[in-house]
Amino acid sequence: MQRYFKTIRLFWSTAFASQLEYQLNFLIELLAMLGTLLGSIFILSLFFTGGRQLGDWTWESALVIQGVYTFLDGLTNALLRPNLTEIVNYVREGTLDYVLLKPIDSQFWLSVKKFSFAGLPEIILGLIIVFWAAIQTGSSFSLYSLFVFIISLLIGFVILYSVWFLIAASSIWFVKTWNATEVLRALLAAGRYPISAYPVVLRFIFTLVLPVAFLTTFPAEAILGELKFNILFFGFILSSLFFIFSRFFWMFALKHYTSASS
Amino acid sequence: MLEYRIEIALWALSGVLPFIMFSLWSQNDVGNSFGLNDIGLARYFLSAFLVRQFSVVWVVFSFEEDSLSGRLSPYLLQPLHPLLRYVAAHLAEQATRLPFAIAIAITFFILNPSSFWLPSLPQLFLAYLSTHFAFTIAFLLQSLVAALCFWTEKSSALERLIFVPYLFLSGLLVPLSAFPSNVLKVAMLTPFPYLINFPAKILAGMPADIFNGFLAQILWISLLVPSVNLLWKLGVKRYTAMGA
Repeated sequence: MQRYFKTIRLFWSTAFASQLEYQLNFLIELLAMLGTLLGSIFILSLFFTGGRQLGDWTWESALVIQGVYTFLDGLTNALLRPNLTEIVNYVREGTLDYVLLKPIDSQFWLSVKKFSFAGLPEIILGLIIVFWAAIQTGSSFSLYSLFVFIISLLIGFVILYSVWFLIAASSIWFVKTWNATEVLRALLAAGRYPISAYPVVLRFIFTLVLPVAFLTTFPAEAILGELKFNILFFGFILSSLFFIFSRFFWMFALKHYTSASS
Repeated sequence: MLEYRIEIALWALSGVLPFIMFSLWSQNDVGNSFGLNDIGLARYFLSAFLVRQFSVVWVVFSFEEDSLSGRLSPYLLQPLHPLLRYVAAHLAEQATRLPFAIAIAITFFILNPSSFWLPSLPQLFLAYLSTHFAFTIAFLLQSLVAALCFWTEKSSALERLIFVPYLFLSGLLVPLSAFPSNVLKVAMLTPFPYLINFPAKILAGMPADIFNGFLAQILWISLLVPSVNLLWKLGVKRYTAMGA
């Protein structure tokens, strides 16, 4: 276990050193992030013109959802995207062989090798929005709601990671997965809005098939003190299932790995 | 192109964003506040989806890859502008995407039968023309960024700075008529509304200022062509033939 922590520390400090070279990139990411946030808050505000509500969510509580989305998007940009979109290249160039030979778990290695520090401001800003908007709604946090919030964020992240990893792992068979990740990104964008704002069919899909609801709506309910315990429990089961499935899928995929150009 | 059928189907699917937004706007009865009933909304967003399918551009990504791997060097030696090579690739993929786009449109009509419509021939022609212009503007905009590859190795990161305003101002997420008037004024000064909103309105049969729309599209094209040309010429002088 200690070895794994040490590996992460080494990975991320080299990532930091190499990214210092591209400071302009950092600035661009920052600008793009601020633009995206501004744009999505503007679009959100259009739903509330004329004193309407969005699927029984008030303006402030809908902002909490935007905050959670921004936070998870930051994590995606910092950790999931740089690592998991690389897997396809390892497969194509045959360098996955070297990863498999290393005396460390291959899924772990592939998932944490890189860390893009340009995602950090988004993560921090997301959390600031969550807490600022939650205070605006007038809800008072208790230690309990904070605890439930952290657990539900973890559940959301595990589901997000597993879905990303499943798609990335399928690159063992399909040599291109770029478009599949684009589909995923388009669908995950649905998480910018509360799940109750969608028609019934989509609500069902976004809760059970592609559990977008667990990514943003439920953590937002948690910090507002409205999340029911059985949903948290169900989320825990669901995220565990997703993670276990991603693990099995990786093992299964490796059995089919035939290695390129060697 | 036909070899990658799944790829292209997936890409067609990755354009689902207008449909997600459609379900939100119609479910929450917001359409009325910007003068569109459910049928109008459905037609607008289906049109927006179709226009995007035939105007989407990724030249900066292909160009960056070719530039970094040194494949660009032989292209530069040929008596053909390298950008034309990418234009041809884009047009070929648009053609292969047509059946998938039609299949998605049919599915949409089965799910929302009341929104079914067939644009008249002149409408279809104007929509086709304005979508092509939209594609041209988008392609030129990205070529401008791609030409920056000659200065910086990671110009695809710069593409995000075009994509973000495109996402919010093009009308992909909401018809521009929903914007407050001061935001709308600023948006109309950018090329983005002419990339989705204008062609989609024609295709959906909504009242559109056809003359001014086409005028603006042509103006943007005539502004962008010399800029791309100039930046390209300056860039080629700096080209260091990486990987060669």
